[in-house]
Amino acid sequence: MVSFDLADNPVRELNQHLHAAVSGKVTVNNAGGKHSIAVGAIGNHEVEINGNVGYYCAGMNSDATIRVNGHAGPGLAENMMSGRVQVSGNASQYCAATAHGGLVVIEGDASSRCGISMKGVDIVVKGSVGHMSAFMAQKGCLVVCGDAGDALGDSIYEAQLYVRGKVESLGADCEQKEMRAEHKDKLQSLLDAAGITDIQVNEFTRYGSARKLYHFDIDNASIY
Amino acid sequence: MCGIVGLYAKTDSVRENLGKYVGAMLEQMGERGPDSAGVAFYADSAIAGEASKVTVQHDDTNQIDAVAQSVQTAFNGVQLKRRGTHLVIESTKTPELMEQWVRESFPDVRLMSAGKRIEIYKEKGHPSEFVSNYALHEISGSHALAHTRMATESAITTSHSHPFSTGLDLCLVHNGSLSNHNRLREKLLRAGIRFETDNDSEVAAGYLTWRISQGDSLRQALAAAIRDLDGFYTFAIGTRDGFAVLRDPVACKPAVLAETDDWVAMSSEFRAIAQLPGAENAKVWEPVPAQIYTWEGEIRDGVAA
Repeated sequence: MVSFDLADNPVRELNQHLHAAVSGKVTVNNAGGKHSIAVGAIGNHEVEINGNVGYYCAGMNSDATIRVNGHAGPGLAENMMSGRVQVSGNASQYCAATAHGGLVVIEGDASSRCGISMKGVDIVVKGSVGHMSAFMAQKGCLVVCGDAGDALGDSIYEAQLYVRGKVESLGADCEQKEMRAEHKDKLQSLLDAAGITDIQVNEFTRYGSARKLYHFDIDNASIY
Repeated sequence: MCGIVGLYAKTDSVRENLGKYVGAMLEQMGERGPDSAGVAFYADSAIAGEASKVTVQHDDTNQIDAVAQSVQTAFNGVQLKRRGTHLVIESTKTPELMEQWVRESFPDVRLMSAGKRIEIYKEKGHPSEFVSNYALHEISGSHALAHTRMATESAITTSHSHPFSTGLDLCLVHNGSLSNHNRLREKLLRAGIRFETDNDSEVAAGYLTWRISQGDSLRQALAAAIRDLDGFYTFAIGTRDGFAVLRDPVACKPAVLAETDDWVAMSSEFRAIAQLPGAENAKVWEPVPAQIYTWEGEIRDGVAA
């Protein structure tokens, strides 16, 4: 096992270690809110980070499993390609923005713009998400076990949204959808993957695109 | 981009070391704002009983020498503190009277702040230089707000730096940019509010000054600000007994709050708060958009009044 103490060592040393396509356990201590911790990891690393992390933790992750024992600042797992990122606390704004694949699990709440422009990542939030979450979301699933803020799924494409609690408001072209068997199966698999056992799929409502804004239509001018 | 830090002490130990902690937090925010730095400290006057504090500044320290000499001749029992290009005048007169005296006697000298407890120091240049040049570690007090500036809307000068005074014992620091500040400044000028610069944040400070002069509480003034200010902002407002935090409804600009048994802290980023003793076990959370948070001995949050 390799260990990095960020109180004494620069973040770059940690990241350069993670850029070598190898696998192994990595422990990171004294995160101290520093930026860009464990960014660009390639390979099956198992990274455990102790402390709160700052901007852009776990960005561009490929294949690594990254766990943060603390809260995450803005831009967690931005543009992640694959692998798994899990945060024991809350995540700040635009978590998993533009992420293409993998799984992000937030055990607390996620802030505004969670999953903005998501392109295939799956996101499971045990708490609630802030306003404008899944804005222009293209692909993947956002599961919210708590509530969602204003304008959920505004200008959404083909991402699937599952919310267990209250939705403050839906964004333009986002609508409630029927929960069919295949959606329940998918949701169950995501809850299983996130290790959530005390919540039933029947408690969720599905939301997705009404597909009215894909192409310009003068009749829809008022909702653009 | 700018950086904000705020610290409210709950124990004597934190009060004694307030400047040391705020300096460490401010240095962490240097990357967010390398152009200038400023701080507002709140501490009781050395003069017992009813006393006022007025902070004045001039880039030419000879001017400050002249103010120091003149104020001692004009008033009995004043106490003076020099720090960098700043002078804090403590006296038994009212802050309004002292402000008026400065304006009339030294029209070229900048009035940084006036009140019973506030002292404002600010200077262009890198925050880490400011922290050491101003020997922040020497300063104690009940609470403080500080700012590091990355200029986007107007020039880099000491008078464009934050905090901005918004009335007696009140000041404002801002991370963001306002888009309707020119129109609003014209309106406030007609209402008799003074502006020293073309800075957008100074307009926000002037707006609060104006609302409060019209009888608003700070909470009411901030609620009105959500309606009347257009743009991006995380504001922190220093008050005689604490501070307030407000983010705009879209909330692109970051803010983190944290609390332990010893302190309440606010910052743009956790890495500033991480400098404080016990930060690793603090309760940490993000303030909700368009919600006014205030500390005056105890935490209060709630929807706009």
